[in-house]
This record gives sequence, structure tokens and C-alpha cells, in this order.
Amino acid sequence: MPDIKITPLGAGQDVGRSCILLSMGGKNIMLDCGMHMGYNDERRFPDFTFISPEGPITPYIDCVIISHFHLDHCGALPYMSEMVGYTGPIYTTHPTKAIAPILLEDMKKVSVEKKGDQNFFTSQMIKDCMKKVIAVTLHQSVMVDNDLEIKAYYAGHVLGAAMFWIRVGSQSVVYTGDYNMTPDRHLGAAWIDKCRPDLLITESTYATTIRDSKRCRERDFLKKVHECIDRGGKVLIPVFALGRAQELCILLETYWERMNFKVPVYFALGLTEKANNYYKMFITWTNQKIRKTFVQRNMFDFKHIKPFDRQYIDNPGPMVVFATPGMLHAGLSLQIFKKWAPNENNMVILPEFCVQGTVGHKILNGAKKIEFENRQIVEVKMSVEYMSFSAHADPKGIMQLIQYCEPSNVMLVHGEAAKMEFLKNKIKQEFNIECYNPANGETCVISTPVKIPIDVSLPLLKNEAKKFNALPPDPKRRRILHGVLVMKDNSTCLMDVEDACKEAGINRHVIRFTSTVHLHDPGPSLGTAHKLHALMKDKLPQWSLTFTDGAISVESVLVKVEGEDDDQKSVFVSWTNQDEDLGSYILGLLNSMGQ
Amino acid sequence: MKLYCLSNDPNKPCHVLTFREITLMLDCGLSMQSVLNFLPLSFVSSNRLLNLPIWMPNDVSDTDLEGELRENGDRIFIDSPPEFCPPLDKLIDFSQVDVILISNYLCMMALPFITEGTGFQGRVYATEPTLQIGRLLLEELVTYVEQCPKTNFATQWKNFVHKLPYPLSDSFKPKSWKQIYNMTSVNASLSRIQMVGYNEKIDVYGALQVLCTSSGYNLGSSNWIITSDHEKIVYLSGSSTLTTHPRPMDHHALKNADVLIMTDLTQTPISNPDSMLGLLCVVVSLTLRGGGNALIPCYPSGVIYDLFECLSIKMQDLGVQNCPMFFISPVADMSLAYSNILAEWLSSAKQNRVYVPDEPFPHAVLLRNSKLKHFKHIYSDGFSTDFQEPCVVFCGHPSLRFGDVVQFIELWGNNPRNCIVFTEPDFDYIEALAPYQPIQMKVAHCAIDTSLNFTQANKLIKDLKPATLVVPECYTQPPVSAPNLTELVIENSPDRTLIPYKWGEVINLPLKRKQGQIFIENDVAQKIVPVEVKPGVSLSSVTGALNVKDNVHNMKSCGNTALECKLQPKEIRYEWGTLNVTEFLQKLSQEGIVDAKVEPIGNGVMIHLQDEDALIQIEDNCTHVLCNSDEKIRMQLRNILMQCLKKF
Repeated sequence: MPDIKITPLGAGQDVGRSCILLSMGGKNIMLDCGMHMGYNDERRFPDFTFISPEGPITPYIDCVIISHFHLDHCGALPYMSEMVGYTGPIYTTHPTKAIAPILLEDMKKVSVEKKGDQNFFTSQMIKDCMKKVIAVTLHQSVMVDNDLEIKAYYAGHVLGAAMFWIRVGSQSVVYTGDYNMTPDRHLGAAWIDKCRPDLLITESTYATTIRDSKRCRERDFLKKVHECIDRGGKVLIPVFALGRAQELCILLETYWERMNFKVPVYFALGLTEKANNYYKMFITWTNQKIRKTFVQRNMFDFKHIKPFDRQYIDNPGPMVVFATPGMLHAGLSLQIFKKWAPNENNMVILPEFCVQGTVGHKILNGAKKIEFENRQIVEVKMSVEYMSFSAHADPKGIMQLIQYCEPSNVMLVHGEAAKMEFLKNKIKQEFNIECYNPANGETCVISTPVKIPIDVSLPLLKNEAKKFNALPPDPKRRRILHGVLVMKDNSTCLMDVEDACKEAGINRHVIRFTSTVHLHDPGPSLGTAHKLHALMKDKLPQWSLTFTDGAISVESVLVKVEGEDDDQKSVFVSWTNQDEDLGSYILGLLNSMGQ
Repeated sequence: MKLYCLSNDPNKPCHVLTFREITLMLDCGLSMQSVLNFLPLSFVSSNRLLNLPIWMPNDVSDTDLEGELRENGDRIFIDSPPEFCPPLDKLIDFSQVDVILISNYLCMMALPFITEGTGFQGRVYATEPTLQIGRLLLEELVTYVEQCPKTNFATQWKNFVHKLPYPLSDSFKPKSWKQIYNMTSVNASLSRIQMVGYNEKIDVYGALQVLCTSSGYNLGSSNWIITSDHEKIVYLSGSSTLTTHPRPMDHHALKNADVLIMTDLTQTPISNPDSMLGLLCVVVSLTLRGGGNALIPCYPSGVIYDLFECLSIKMQDLGVQNCPMFFISPVADMSLAYSNILAEWLSSAKQNRVYVPDEPFPHAVLLRNSKLKHFKHIYSDGFSTDFQEPCVVFCGHPSLRFGDVVQFIELWGNNPRNCIVFTEPDFDYIEALAPYQPIQMKVAHCAIDTSLNFTQANKLIKDLKPATLVVPECYTQPPVSAPNLTELVIENSPDRTLIPYKWGEVINLPLKRKQGQIFIENDVAQKIVPVEVKPGVSLSSVTGALNVKDNVHNMKSCGNTALECKLQPKEIRYEWGTLNVTEFLQKLSQEGIVDAKVEPIGNGVMIHLQDEDALIQIEDNCTHVLCNSDEKIRMQLRNILMQCLKKF
């Protein structure tokens, strides 16, 4: 049995730096190449020495697939391709190819300029890396080489997010990246057909979180924002430039319009303005409703939301500010947080998933004092709210996806170990299939059944079908195909024995047996033959018997009665060696009748 | 495999292909040549058209016919809402069509005629731009016709076609002509389309796989590849090897087909699209410089995007950049908006602009700068305030029989400073202008057809190496317009079979399936024991349980059989070669059978075993064992025989 080997270098029982190595049919594929936001040391990137202790990894990897533009899925790409060394193809969707370099550039700035990080990739490296990226469209079947085929499916989650189906020979794997199974304000729901992969590698961020209805969460969010500005407080919403930001903007825009609010809503300049442009041009990747109405009104032209300027931080009075990055680990959002945190009237709403080690993660866990590198201590008196707008599939969604694509095995990644255990058991119980959740660096081996395609001569197939269709329908009856495989001049074809002998240029040697049974049965021989026919019909209900000229035949077996009008009849039973079982059974039948 | 040809216009193709019990329709183009015989539809009642003299055939006094025909110059026109010539519905029952494949948005205008009210239940596949832009074309057409309702429907003239002058007398099947569909049919029909991407493999009932690749002709245009396990059929419709805005043509996947069906070649075989584009820009710019207006009848998508781009540059060069361009169509806003969100379907140069992010087409900038303005109709709000002369107006319909272009000809036709520039190749411009004659405005003919010309097509065929090539018959003869240009044909070659077809014909395609494919599972594969019967030739008998689902054949090991079918053979082996009689006799005596009497008969020998009451008849290719009902002796003989013969 051939195997599929999977080793997560990141995202194994963890969220962050997604990077999964997949080997099947002699091909090695890297699924995502992300960075970990929670670390500043070498742990932020996947451990590429696993692939090759030193030197470039091009010889060991056939292709890299990037599921979407979030940095925990693509953040290590320039490092991998330009610093470790990889010159092979990198596949992703058009929106991801467009947006990823912007986010990478943004992160590079934060890491190098703010944190003074050395040994980080440069802008030029991002550009060079992007030249290796090949954009694919949804459902397009891409042959990476003669044996390796990939196909992208819509994943929701963020603009341009895709799940990938990967096939080598008869083996196939689906990697979901991050996805959501319910449409949100600007994206559709993930979709996949019944592709029956050998393995489904799915994210499991919300392995146990049952999300309440979307509408409730939205109402909750608006209520909290409303209450805060009513008491004169400032609302900080740390977001990533693309994704949740646009969805929340649409939400606030419509609320402001309806309530006729005058309180300013700001958007941190730079990235986000451009970001909305991407949304306008990749509108085919958004949901049905936005696509339908975009000609009349582009949802991403916001009336109430204005660009933010740093000096507004100290402005008096209420305001709502969207600022990057979403986990409060650096940049403008952190700067605003430091200023606003000590005031209990203010509020921070964290709509993004915050990885361990970030300020976002700390305050969500109730930290009331945050200490920064320069010994600066910030007291957190503002209210801290977590809003799960992050578009991941919940357990129901994950189960739904499994049901859609019917995999033979499931692997959970991109989640916490304890929660994975729960979901794993649920999957095993409900679908009766194997489920894995390897840790980083741990290799999982899954053996898959083989299916070998072979050519078959049409007459052989047609004869079988004709024979099968001639019999009365019976769901229990099995169809048996029998033929001879001819292997000649590198071609292989299954055909019937006569054609096979002709093709091979040899003569068959047919052995036929004829045995005689004597029966005591007065009357005409035709009467005896009828009796025998009735008996055989009774004993061989699954077979098609023919009765012509007093002779009964089934397959190659022929039964004939002789001895006209004698009391004693001679019954000849004749068959070829290939029908030995059937022939000897019928002979036995007649013998027992004679006694 | 059969091919049915349902359209008489190779540029508005409609075929049906039957293969492996699947009925596929390839394109459903709508021939619109018929509309040229009708009077233009004007939404402001035109005195000139209303007062055209009524025409009657000389010897006919049928009063029902009176008023149906009117005369202008030497031409006769039908005074009735325009009628269209849908694909032939006699050869094939549309309810039996399983799948419709659409190549590009210009080849789907007959879709509502095929899918609505015919019992059609199949699937329709097209790319996203084909669907979106096709929708615009269909909606525009319906709007144009519906906005000018006519009370009188002329029908009697069809009974007198033989008495009418040319070209009406030559009308193609006028009794099958139909009024245009309505918006409800359009919506119902389009809702059947399933969007596909380039190179997306689509399974058709397990029997066939279809896949579309970029054809480079217009946004989302495609060629289709239809494959079964061993056969490959390529359907090549509107394709272009020129570099314009769409994704370039993908040749690779089209190679080495068993059958290549090629249609929709250029309608302007003599002219070069690039020089026509250049000429158009010059003509328009000079007209503007002379204070005249330029009217460009066009479809609301396609070459028009390239025109905006090139013309604005040329106007700049010639100092008339301040003259506005107006794009007037009920779907102008949609067309411009869609063009800028379909980046994935564009040439890489246009695609790369999106990564910046800039709009892929420069007309987005022209719109922002108000150099290009779009309106739904000539009477739309704001048009009269924005309207300034001289200007360029792009509007439909290219047939000049309906749409806002009718009003613009009325408005500008009498001024020789104005110019009408024909760019769409679908209609003969002299025919198109006939009901407006005499007119004073200048007429320029710059038809731009980017689809393959004969030189490109012949080169492509050489490259693709099909075994059989199927083309409309008219492509095997020089064009009617240029009978001396014998190079304007699809060349015949001994390397392939060339099959021409005509409208209404059913062609048997020489593709005989000989092999299919089955999948064998591991347990079956492991039981395969190849026996080398000759150097390089091995045989192995294979038996397995067959499972057929959705036309896919799977074979697995028979395993444990249920009681009732225990007699079904689990393994069958075959004996081959000749039986060595001496060896056989030796083995018999080793087993204690010593009374064998051998006598030669015919081609072989007969061995008589007296004691055992058995006869063995041996020939080169067969052995017959006759005995009484004693199984013991038979089994013994069988074993010995098997030892003496080779098996596979």
C-alpha cells in the first residue's frame, strides 16, 4: 500500500506559522509558509532545517502552496525562498498574490524599524519572492508537472482564501487553509465538491467554540460601541488591514447611516485605503450580494469612515478608530492602546485571533498591567472586549466540510491540542474514519488504497454488460468481469481470451469434459430434458439457462438427453475446463438424481 | 459519433455532438442577418420612416399583405418588429440535450430559444465573463426591441417570398424566424448556466470530461476539449492569436486531437485588424478636428475597450482630447464596471496593473477625468446637459435596426462633416445603411475582427496536428466576396482527413472507440501473474467483481462469495499450446493407468482407457475427455492433463 506522509513544521497542535510538509507519490509539497506572531526569535519561522540541514531546499520541494494572505500562512515565504533558498514554483490565488506582498512589507517595517530586528528579509527579497508566485484561479486544474495536479476551491475566510486539492497518481489530499462555512458581510461560504480525498487536512481554530448566530454578535458589537461613545469614551479596534476590517467597516457604516451618528470613525491611513481598492477590484471573490450590487454602489466606498492621523490620538471626545495590527503586538494600534488604556471610559475591541505572547492575548486573559521592553508599564483600565468575528469554521462547519468532501482520513492542524482531542473523537465517532493531529516535527504516515487504471477492450465490457442486463434485476447479484491482460510493447490491455490469444499470436488449448449419467425415466426424452431443466433452474437461480432442441446450456455447460422412448436415458453433461466448478456441480446434481 | 450542424452562419455557430450516449450542444449562436430586412425601430416616431411608400408585388392583390412591406431606394423592408433566425430545431429535440458548452459571449444569443419552453433539462457551462457579459448583450438586445413596441406584426409576406425582390427573395428559412425572447426567458435561461474556470475539469455523467481553455478572442472566451478515456475532440470557436486585452490563447491543450472542429474564423479575411484600428483612430480624430461628430455603432463589450484606449491616445496626439466620448447603452455602466473586476481573465499586462492596485483598463481613468461618459439612453437624465459637439458616440446596435444609434443617424445623417465608422464585422455596412439612404454623413468602414484569419488558422492546424479536421464547407472555398483569393481557404493535407459540413447536415465522425478504462484495486492487481508466452508478450488472466457507478468501472477481488454465487468462477486460467502425447502417456502410467490404447484419428490421436471406461481425444488445439459419471477417474485425468499443458 502506498503512503502519504505529513509533517507539520508549524500549526501542528498550534496556531501560527502554518507550514505543513506533504509527501506522496514521490512528490513533496509545502502547504503554507507562515510566521508566528508570538515570537521574536528563530521560533517565529518554521524550522526549515528539517527539510535540509543546510543549503537551499529547492531539490527537496516540488511546489509550495499558499492558502491565503494572513501572515501566519505566508509570513515566512520571502525568508524561505530568498534566505533559505527555494527557486521552485509557489502557487496561490490572484488576490493573495496581490495582497500578500503589502502585508509582508508592512510586517517587515514593524520588525526591522520598530523592533530593530536583524536577519530579516528585505523589500527586494519580497519582490523577488513574489516573482516566483504563480497565480491560479478557482477550480482551474493546474499540472505542476506531469504527475502533480492542484486545484483551488473557495474558502471564504479572507479575500482570495482558497482550499487546495492536491493529487499525485491515485492519491489525493485536501488542505483547507483557514475557512468559514457561513457567509459573512463581504465573503461567501467555503465550498468543495465530493472529491473524496484520501486525506483532509483541516484547520481547527474553533474546535470547541460553538459560535452564536452572526446577527447576535453583530448586535452585541454595535451595542458595545454605542454605549462607549455615549459615555464619551474612545473605541479602539485593532485589525489587520484586510479582512475583518472591511467587514466591520460595512457594519459600522450602515449603523452610522441608520442612526445618523456624527461621532467620527477613523481608519488608519496607508494600507487600508489601498486595501479597499483591492476589494473593489477583486469583487468576484466577495459574496453574492456585494457582487450583485457593485455596479450601483460599491460597498467598499465608505461615506462615514475617514482617514486617521496620528495627532487625532489626543483629540478630546468620543471616536472610533480602526488601526493595524490586529493583535496589538506592534505599530499604530499598540501606540494608541498605550495612550487610551489608562482611561476606564475607553474600550478596546479585539476582533482578531490573538496568538500567545502578544499584548492582545495578554489583555484578553485579564492582564491589568502590561510591561513593555523599555520598562514602561501601562495600566489597563479601559474595558477589553473580545469579539469573535474571525472567520473560521466552528465544529459544525468542520463536520459539514468533512461531509461535503468525504475524505478517508482527517488531520487537524491550526488549533490547540486539547481542543483538537475533543473534535478528533467527535469525527471518529460520527464518520467512522481515522483522525490525526500530529505535533510540529512529528510525521504522520497514512496508507492509502491503490487504484490502477488499465485499458480494457470495449467488446469485453459490452459483453459483460449485455449478459448482466439480460438477467432479471437483482441487487444482490454481483457483476463479474473476466478477461486476459495482454502486456505487449509497453501497452497493457484487458480483453477476452480469444482476442488475447490472437494479439499474442498463440493458440489456446481447449479441454472439454463429457460425462454420461444414466437415469431411469420412462417417457419421451424431451420430457426428461424438461424435468432436468426445471431442476437446474431451481438449483441455479443466478444463472441464465437456455433450453433449445432438448439441450440445456448454461455458460459452456451442455446437458443433452438420449434414448428416445427407452426407460433408461443417457444424459451427457459436457463442459470446458474453465467451467469446471459449474460442470461438476451439475454432474453431481444429475448423479444424485439417478440414485 | 455524430455532428449536427444547426446554424447557417459559421460566425454564430450551433452544433450538436453525440458521443458515448451524451448529447452535447456546442455554442448556440443567433444569426441576426434577418434583421437587416426590417425597418429600423425608432422610439421617437420618425416621419421619414412612417412615410416610406408601401410596396406590393406586381401581380398580388392580397389585402392582408398590404402595409407589410415598404420601399426605400431600391430596397424593400418589412414594417414589423425584427425577427431572428434561431438554430434549426428539426434535427434534434432540445429536451434531449444533456450539456451546452458556450465558447464566448457572442455565441450564446440563441440560448433562451434553446432552453426555454423546449423541455430542456441539461446543464449549460460557460466562463464567468461569458455569463456576465453575455447577460449584458442579451439584456441590451431585449431592451432595444422592447422599448419600441410595434402594434403590427407582419406575417403574410412570408407566403410571397418567391415574388419579392432580392435580397428578401433569398431569405434563409423566413418561416422559422422568431420574435425576440423576453426578459423573463433571458433570466430563466441564464440561471441555468454554471460558471467554469479555464482548465477546470468537468465530468459529464462519468462518460466524458470537458474542459475549456483560453481562446484569446474576448473576455472569458474559450475553446473546449472533450475527452473520454482514449478519445480527444477539440472544438475551436472564436479564437485570436493577436495581443489585445483578453488572456492569450492556450494552444498546448488543443494538440493531437482525434477530431478538431473549427469554426468562427474571421469575417474580414482581407483586412488587418491592427491597421483598421489605426485607420479608425485617424478617421475619428480627423472628423473631430473638422468639427464633425463620429458615430461608432458597436456591441457594449469587446473591441470597444481597446477602442477607448487607442482612440484616447490618438485624440491626444491630434489635439482633440477635449472632445468627449459618450458610451450609450442600457448596459454601459455594467460593461465598464465588469471590465474592471475581471482581472483574472485579462492579458498579463492588464492583470499586473491590479497588483498595484490600479484598474486594469485605462478607461477607468478616462471615466474619472470625464473624458468618457456613459449613459443608458439618449434620453437619460443628464445626457442633454453633458452633451457637447463635436464628440464621439459609441452605441448599439451594429445592425442599425434598433438601439440609440437609430436616433443618432437621424440627428447627424444630413451633415457631411459627421462620420459613421463601422467596426463590428457582423453586418454588411451597405446593407445596414440601406433604410437611411440617402445620407450625407461620411461612411468609414474599419471592421475589426481579431479572430483567426486563414493564414493563422492553417498555421495553427499544422501545429495542433489533428487526425480529422471538421470545418464549415464555406471555409474550403474562397470567400464569396473574393473568389480569386484561393489562399483564403482551409488547406487540405494528406496528414489528416478534412470533413466539410453544411447547415442542416448530420455528419458521422470517424472516431471508433475500441478501448475503455477500468480501475483495478490492489487485491486484484496482486493476483496478476504475467506469463511470458513469447519474448516481450505476457498474458495473465484477471477476474474480479465489477462495480459500475456513474460510468466508472471499478474492479475488486471477488473475495468471499455469497452462497448463491459460489459457483461463479473466482479465478479462471487458460491452457495453451499443444499437448505432448508421449509425455501424457508417461504421466498416465506413472499414475497406474497402463492400459491406454492409442490410435491416430484425423489430426490427432484417440486414447482409449478400457478399464476406466474413458476416451481421450487429443488434437493440436483441443482435448476432449469422455467418461461415465465416475468423477474420480475424470479428476485424475484432469490433473494429469493440467500438468502437461502450459497455462496463463
